[in-house]
Formats: sequence, C-alpha cells, structure tokens
Amino acid sequence: MLRKYLDRIKPNFEPGGKFQALHSVFDGLETFLYTPRTTSASGVHVHDSLDSKRIMIIVVLALMPCLLFGMYNTGYQNLLGSHATSFPFWSIMAYGFLAILPKIITTYVVGLGIEFIVAQWRKEEIQEGFLVTGILIPLICPIEPPLWMLAVATAFSVIFVKEVFGGTGYNIFNVALVTRAFLFFAYPASMSGDRAFISANPICGLGGTVNFADGISGATPLGQIATMSGGVPEIKNIAGEAVSNWDAFLGLIPGSFGETSTLCILIGAALLLVSGIASWRIMLSVFAGGLIAGVVVNWCATPLYPASYLSPWQQLIYGGFAFAAVFMATDPVTAARTGVGKYIYGVLVGVIAIIIRVYNNGYPEGAMLAVLLMNAFAPLIDYCVVQTNISRRLNRLKAKAEKS
Amino acid sequence: MIIPHPFNHYHLIMENTLTVKRGLDLSIEGSANWSSPQDCPASLVAVTPDDFPGFLPKLEVKEGDTVSAGSPLMHDKNNEDIKLVAPVSGTVTAIIRGERRKIERVEMTPRGNDSRSFNIDLALPESIIAALKDSGLWAEMRQRPYDIVPVADRVPRDIFVTAFDSSPLAPDLNEQVRGKQKQIDAGIKALSTLTPGKVYVSTRPDASFQVPAEAIHYTVTGPHPAGNAGVQAANIAPINKGETIWTLSILTVASLGELILTGKRDFSAIVAVTGPEVGRPYYAQTVQGAAVKPLLEGHIVEDERHHRIISGNILTGTKISKDGFLRFPYRQVTVIAEGDDVDEFMGWASISPSKMSVSRSFPFRMFHKKFSPDARILGGRRAMIMSGEYDKMMPMDIMPEYLLKAIGARDIDMMEKLGIYEVAPEDFALCEYVDPSKIEIQKAVREGLDWLRKEIE
Repeated sequence: MLRKYLDRIKPNFEPGGKFQALHSVFDGLETFLYTPRTTSASGVHVHDSLDSKRIMIIVVLALMPCLLFGMYNTGYQNLLGSHATSFPFWSIMAYGFLAILPKIITTYVVGLGIEFIVAQWRKEEIQEGFLVTGILIPLICPIEPPLWMLAVATAFSVIFVKEVFGGTGYNIFNVALVTRAFLFFAYPASMSGDRAFISANPICGLGGTVNFADGISGATPLGQIATMSGGVPEIKNIAGEAVSNWDAFLGLIPGSFGETSTLCILIGAALLLVSGIASWRIMLSVFAGGLIAGVVVNWCATPLYPASYLSPWQQLIYGGFAFAAVFMATDPVTAARTGVGKYIYGVLVGVIAIIIRVYNNGYPEGAMLAVLLMNAFAPLIDYCVVQTNISRRLNRLKAKAEKS
Repeated sequence: MIIPHPFNHYHLIMENTLTVKRGLDLSIEGSANWSSPQDCPASLVAVTPDDFPGFLPKLEVKEGDTVSAGSPLMHDKNNEDIKLVAPVSGTVTAIIRGERRKIERVEMTPRGNDSRSFNIDLALPESIIAALKDSGLWAEMRQRPYDIVPVADRVPRDIFVTAFDSSPLAPDLNEQVRGKQKQIDAGIKALSTLTPGKVYVSTRPDASFQVPAEAIHYTVTGPHPAGNAGVQAANIAPINKGETIWTLSILTVASLGELILTGKRDFSAIVAVTGPEVGRPYYAQTVQGAAVKPLLEGHIVEDERHHRIISGNILTGTKISKDGFLRFPYRQVTVIAEGDDVDEFMGWASISPSKMSVSRSFPFRMFHKKFSPDARILGGRRAMIMSGEYDKMMPMDIMPEYLLKAIGARDIDMMEKLGIYEVAPEDFALCEYVDPSKIEIQKAVREGLDWLRKEIE
C-alpha cells in the first residue's frame, strides 16, 4: 500500500514534476523505505547484502546506550546540583530527553538540510553519512551551549569539512569532531569551565535550578584535576562528594552528554566489533596507546602536571578517551585505511590524547585534538605503508635484473 | 596420489603446493553434480569478438558463405595471422553489427561435418605458433600485462595453465579432461617450446591427469579466486614490469593436444547449466558458441520472476538474452532472478537468514546453507567508505584500494608501481561483490588496462 502511494506520488518528483526541487529528498526516503530495484549493469551479477545504509544504522544503534545514559546522567546531575532529595528514574529520563531533543533536532535539521540541498544541486543520491554525524554532535558536546551555536558549528563543518571536499567518503577530518573543535575555539566560555556540563534550569517543570553562586562546581573530573596544585588528585562531584572510580566507569560524572559512561561505550564497542563494522585494529591500538602513555606519564608523575597522578586505567575512563577510541578514531573515512597503518594511527591517537591531556593544563580534554591531528596524518601513514608495497615490487625487479 | 613418472624424479623430491588464504567461496543454490553430459546439438552458433579483448576483428567471410569447422571467420587487424575460427561447419547466416558498424557477432547454422586440417611441425616453434594463430587457439590464450589476447612476436617469460575453475557453481574441469592424458601431454610439450621459462600447471589435489614432465605442477588449495591463473602467477612467480606471461585453461591445452595428434580442432564443449533458477542443474554436451536456448528449454524454473541468464559464472560472466550464445571462455550458463520485480521493505534493516553476505551484521546467515541471490546491487552507489574490505578478497601482493584510485586518476606511474601489470579484471570480482559502496570495479579495471595500453604502446 505504501509502495503504491510512493509510486503514485513519484512522478511529481521527477524532472518536470511539481516538486522536482525535492527529488533528492524523495529519493532518499524511497530508498530508505524500499531497497532500490537497481540491478547490476556490469561486472559481478550478485552483490553482498551489506550497504552503506546498514553500516550507518549499526553505528547509530551502537550509540544508543550512550544516548540513553546521557539522558539519565543529565537529569541526575541537575537534581544532584539542585540539592534534590529523591531521584525518580522516569522524571530524570524525561528531563534528559527534553534537554537533548532540541539539540538532536537542530543538528539533523541543519546538517541533513545542507546534505539535501547539496545532493539536489549535484544531482546525486543522498548520502547516509550525516545520520551518524548528526547524533554524534550532540553526544560529544556539553549540554549547556545554546542551540544557535550548535547550528552555526554544524553548518560550518558540514559545508567546509565535508561538502567542499566532495561529500561523504572524501572528507579528511571527522565532521563531528570539527563541529566540537569549532565550538570550543569559537565559544570557549560556553564550552568549558564549571557550568557548561550541567543543565542548570528546570525544563517543563521537571528538574531543579542549579545555583552556581553557592560555590557549587560542575567541573568535569579532568577539569578539576587540571586546576589542582599537586598530589594525588581528589575528584568531587557537583554535590561536593568524592567520585569513585565506579561512578566514573558508570558515567555518573559531569561531562559531554554521551561521553561519560565507559560502560555504555563498551556496549557500543561490542556491537561494532561483533558486527564487524568498526576496525578492531584501530580500537585496540587506541586503548593500547592510551595505556602505554598512561603508564609512562604516571611513572614520571610531577605536581606540575596534576593529571599525571591518574593511574593508567583511570586515564581511560575519564573524559572523552573511550568515546574517541570507539566512535571517533574508527571513522573509516578519516582514519588510516591500510592494515598496518591502522595500528600506527590508533597507537598515536591514544598516546597523543594522553599527552595533551596531561601536559596541557589549559586544555584538559585531549582525545578530540588527538583524533583530529591524526586525521591529518592518516594519509601520510598510509602513504608510507603503500610505499613498502611499492618498494617490495621494485626490489623484486632489481633482484631479477641482478640475477640475469 | 602422485604416480612416479619414469623420467622425472624432481616431482618425487619436491611437491609444489600453494595455499590461498584470502578469498571467498560463495555458496549458491543450483550446482550441477558431475554426471555424463546430455547431448544437446546446437541449432545456431555464434562467435563474439568482444570475448577476446585486444582482438580487433576484420571479417574474412560474408553472409551466405559456407564454412568448415576451424576455418577463419575474422582476423586481428594488428596481426592478420591471428584468427577467430568457425566452431562448426555450415553456413554464415548473419553478421550482426552494432553501433558504428562494430562487429557484434557472426552467426552460423551448422550443417555437415566438414573439418579443416592443420599441419604442425613439432620440431619448429614457429610452426606451432603459426598453427595456434591459424586454428583460433591463440585467441583462447591471454597475456598479462593487460589481460588481452597475446600480442604476436612477444616471447612469454612463463606460461601458466590453470586446470580448475574455482568460481561459484563452476563446471568441473577435472572431469572434463579425464581420459585426455595424451592430449594434455602433447599440448604441454608444445607449449614448453614456446617459452624460455617454465610452464606451470595448477590443479586441485585430486587431479584426474598426470602433469607431464615438461611442466611444473602446483597443487592449489583454498577458496576462489584460487583458480584464476593470475592469482597463481602472482603467488608462484609474479610478473615484473617489462615481462609478459601467457595464461590459459587446461581445456585449451587439451584442444591444442587434439590439434597436434589429429590435425583437427575439437570444438565440442561440456557446459554446466547452473543457478538457483534452474530446476535441475546438469551438464550438456554441445559446441563452443552454441545458442543457449536448447540448453535452457524446460530447465528454467517457471515462477513468473524476471530471469537473468549469464554465460559464465555470477562473478565474471556475461549477461545474455535467452536467445544468446555461449561466450568464451565460459563452459557454464547460470540463471538467477533479476530482482527488479521485488519490493523489499527496508532491506537494509533485514536480519533474514536468506540474505547473502560476508558481513557479521547478518548474524543469521549461518543457518542458511545455500543462497539464491538476485541481481540487485542491494544499495546505492557511494564513494569508497569502508577500508580493508577488498584486501580480504585479494590473495595477491596488491593493494586493491590504492591501485583502483591510481586507475581512477589515470596515474600511469602509480599504476605501474602498484602492480597494474599483474592484474586482470577477474581478480577484482570478489572485491566488487563485497563492496558496500557498490562500485563497478571490474569495469574500472578493464577500462584502466585498455587506457594504459593505448598510452604506452
């Protein structure tokens, strides 16, 4: 029935139809609902069932635990900061849902809008890449920055990081991370400090008011450590109580919306690895790199850099490290593409993330910059790996020439 | 079992094996089990010059001419001695031309049993070469670089003979050459005089014939594309820039042997009729280039679906109509559903066990033993997104992604450096199959090879 309806309205979207300007939108919707009937015109006569839609949707699914937990944590932090005495689950979830919904809508409307326009303009099919980017952006940003900032940053990175390079598959930098970097450098006051990570006001009658004038600090654990004067760091939550490693692992700490829960990130990682969508080489080597760097900085711990007192495995559960390892570094388009290159790329992401975090007190979160930096170096790493293949071939020729 | 050869102790000392690790055996419904082939005389036969890349056809016959089996129909504009010949005796009934008068095919109606005789002086390599060119067997070989009919006057470094077909639902070549030991011996012996290097023969472990002493025997295990001569060459003795190798099938070797022993060409062909849309897959006895209609009559499942008839296998074969002809080099016809009549709601979200995929994101595919795929590309064409997918399907020291990018950029230097001279489109067939971005890879490689040859020569 739906098929018949689509077939009936389809002519309107063909060239010459009433809504031909919306052709790409209609085509996107139609191919989303029904597998296209296109059959192979050259080469192989059968194709594998995996396509880019499925790949993207699996990544979105893998992000769901983080999204749901982010809702809970946002509501929880608000209640904790407003000295609430009871923590009813459903009202916490409702608060978090209402806090994040406008952000998700904003990024999708802005990003998909640009994608639709570009697809129409280039007369291409709509690419699915933004399905993932659109959900990643709200997850890696603090909850408080206003919607207009998010819209500006999303538009900037979709246009200048993706579309000018040719669209999905051609970008050099991870679009979601550039959005966050843009926000961070354009509006630093709204993106860090002790207020950005806590949703401070009631929404639709839910939640309470967090009064920062009371001397309450909603700073992230890494933010707190960066401003300490030395010694073994003590991390406190918004209510002034000590934060246990268990809290940090579960994610009941202030932080970017979807990045706090290492547990939920690991659930997502399991889905990505079991389905074979993300590269285990990259994921494993980012964690390995982080651990190695964590051991080294901990071994040379100095009061000058308080974060160096964190134990190596604590480095992995705080901040955006785990999220970057699982969802950001593994973006196949911007990561290294060769087998060996993936190991090198991953280890360097892990090491650089910890180095930036520890040795730059002004900027406690290093994972984002580490991934962006390695995005820039990934082609170079691949170049070197490809060169080994090339020189093997040349040596073969030389050895042969010498023999004869 | 290896039978000691009276003159060749080398084989007893050293057994060459090649284990192919990367690749994929697709498990498709409708394989033909070997049984004695059903007789299926051809009513119409055609020769299609497109099946012989690098061969520029110039007609030697006109409509109405009488031909005998083995007499020339066309020659190559670059070298008049290289011929395509009539596989039957009879009359040329039609010469079909396409755009710009390009010769699509020459159709013949078989009549009688006239067969042309050839004379070969086995002591003279030139005589063997002349016979190969004149009898149409030269055109059945391929050379690398470029995967084309061998260029005349270029001496091959080595010759690679593949004695099995590893592609999906492939015909059993081993059974087809059973009992042709004499022909194979004669063919290999003749080939070995044409190269200063070696003749390599690759078989599965259970070869039905003894590889003669003039050749080096490799036993190959592992999934498709293990049967591709190019894959075997890449793992046994890879091609360097400036070198040429010839590749051919054991069937062509047997034909050459027949030519040497009897002075006549043997055009008979045993064809596997396979595929999920074939009711009872079987082997048919017919001739090369025969019309497929009699082979398929009464064998295609009547299920109201649109069908795609492929001369060859589902990875590299040629799409033909139901009035089409067997195309070289295939001894196979596969019928699958076209799929353009299917409405699949949100197919990308399906976890149905009948979805064929190498991806673990289809967890229930394990419960399915054999698949009946259709010809849909099952997605939309995209830029290359996933990385490392092609590598798993390429058992050669080639970086497919980078070679394809160099081909796309028409960058001669990079193409050479990344091994363009070692590959043929068929080596990329599985990459194309698994590609979630649905890129037309074999087409790109073929166009790249043709372009490169034009630029360089």
